[in-house]
Amino acid sequence: MSDAATPAEVVGAAAAGPAAPAVGAAGPHRAAPAAVRVAGGRWQDDVRAVHVVWRRELIRFSRNRLRIITALVQPVLFLFVLGTGLSSLVGRGLPGGGGGDFRTFMVPGVVAMTVLFTAIFSSVSIVWDREFGFLREMLVAPVRRGALVVGKCAGGATVATVQALIMVALAGAVDVPYSPVLIFTLIGEMLLAAVTITALGTALASRMAQVESFQVVMQFVVLPLFFLSGALFPLRALPAWLAALTKIDPLAYIVDPMRRAVFAHVHTTPAVAHLFGATMTWDGWPVPVGLELGMTAAFGAVLLVIAILAFGRTD
Amino acid sequence: MPAPAPRSSVDVQPADPTGDRQPGGVAIEVVDLVRRFGDMEAVRGVSFSVAQGETFGFLGPNGAGKSTTISMLCTLLNPSGGTARVAGYDVLAERAEVRKRIGLVFQDATLDDYLTAQENLRFHAELYGVPRSQTAGRLSDVLQMVGLWDRRDSLVRTFSGGMKRRLEIARGLLHSPRVLFLDEPTVGLDPQTRAHIWDYINDLRRREAITMFLTTHYMDEAENCDRIAIIDQGKIVVQDTPEALKASVGRDRVQIQTADDDTALAVLRARFDLDGAKSEGGITIYVAQGEAFVPRLFAELGVAIRSVSIARPTLDDVFMSYTGRTIRDAEASASERMSNTPWMRAARRR
Repeated sequence: MSDAATPAEVVGAAAAGPAAPAVGAAGPHRAAPAAVRVAGGRWQDDVRAVHVVWRRELIRFSRNRLRIITALVQPVLFLFVLGTGLSSLVGRGLPGGGGGDFRTFMVPGVVAMTVLFTAIFSSVSIVWDREFGFLREMLVAPVRRGALVVGKCAGGATVATVQALIMVALAGAVDVPYSPVLIFTLIGEMLLAAVTITALGTALASRMAQVESFQVVMQFVVLPLFFLSGALFPLRALPAWLAALTKIDPLAYIVDPMRRAVFAHVHTTPAVAHLFGATMTWDGWPVPVGLELGMTAAFGAVLLVIAILAFGRTD
Repeated sequence: MPAPAPRSSVDVQPADPTGDRQPGGVAIEVVDLVRRFGDMEAVRGVSFSVAQGETFGFLGPNGAGKSTTISMLCTLLNPSGGTARVAGYDVLAERAEVRKRIGLVFQDATLDDYLTAQENLRFHAELYGVPRSQTAGRLSDVLQMVGLWDRRDSLVRTFSGGMKRRLEIARGLLHSPRVLFLDEPTVGLDPQTRAHIWDYINDLRRREAITMFLTTHYMDEAENCDRIAIIDQGKIVVQDTPEALKASVGRDRVQIQTADDDTALAVLRARFDLDGAKSEGGITIYVAQGEAFVPRLFAELGVAIRSVSIARPTLDDVFMSYTGRTIRDAEASASERMSNTPWMRAARRR
């Protein structure tokens, strides 16, 4: 038995789903709504929940053009204004070095920055959802809370990756080649970074009751992560205290693989490559890209579990 | 496993192949329910049961424990003690089963302003696993019912407060719940919109054999319920039909204006054995049967009567007689008591 049993009073929407019971019916106000039977509790239900929460994030993102443009302003300023300004300073001491090289150096930094800010903003929007009640609509649904958290993270990660991809598109202006290998490597790394950072934001948001707390997160979490990551300066010949701090910044292990990918695809003089292409080292040992990515993934997984546990609780 | 058969909404009671249990047609069964926030007991052992198809109202001032109770019944808050079963399932042990069978209209809006009306409903339908083939039909049913079909593609942020509430009612019904919870469904709306919302709710009661549990602090709204429970300071003071409650107060209120109030008061005391209260508007007296009393009054008072009015007891009088204060006074003291407890703020937010 399936759709055949649907009462005939149903007023179907004309152009709707394939099996929509579009029975010609009396005036709209006479129809008694047909009852439906709610499924739930199976893994398919969780997949569906992940999907619908993910899609909501994308609809909201695509509908808010102003937000997309606003989120580009900061990285564009960093890359084209700060980058150009610093190029004349940094480029001067280098043998045969041109100004463009410092901006090339900054590309992975501003891409990571875009991922960071967009992902945090997306995930912390849970606090807005809580403030405006929508979170409750989700929490009372007959689906596992973990599915909601995963959907939220997937949505935030997708949005952050798309946003960062716009920055990658602009990177051609500073001599980063549009090589398919490079683009796909960057997309992969951006996705991983976005998932991890969204998980971080979601874990933080789970304990935040007020929208005002967002400022606290920005000042005490996001900005330190960003400044210590080596997004804006090479990770070599740093004072010991700063070097130590950069090594414990998870974002540094996100920026570094991106930078390596970029420098593997640009032609520079050995001197420039030596200075700007410097990689993350532990006591002189260059950390392999695989390990860096693995650590990022592990970090993200731990944060995701924390976020799921935090939201799974009922007071 | 065969797909569960879609069922028309009128035949909710009979044997159900999908494992619903509602023993004896009881939709909600609550025994000694308690909820504490730290040291404060917000709900202090309430018990009641609501029959299948009944509309049951919780009437009480803000801070009486209405929303806390509804949150526990909706599985959003765990009880500190006692048990509650909704649609036959325990709200603590069988949370998922309860959630499938309830619809909610919250006190404050829980819509996504940046989605259209239709997108909000689709989100809900998918989250609740409404079969794809039925979503479109069901969607147009509920949107037409609340008169928002023409606005289905408008962003919710362009909606008025009343339209949002109607959309929430539509959404609460989308997945054919057994029990619909309405937490202060008309709070913050203007009187005309409130009346409209009640038209929809009453329409719904006629059309679907749905059980409704609602909270309100408006006396006139409580009149719409089959039965009401008056809740004050976390306890149920009394529960019955609105008529029975009013009858239990018994006496009609008679107000008269006379040429000489002082003499009239004296005569009332001497001849009728009644203590009248004198106020700006005249004299107020409570008597068992107002209509029978007035002719006698005219015949025997001996003072010229300028006007007379008789009022049946209202739920205001009921509230007053059971709690010793008016609902407005109760609200004033309750908000003082509660507003600054962080626990309560947290509870409201969830």
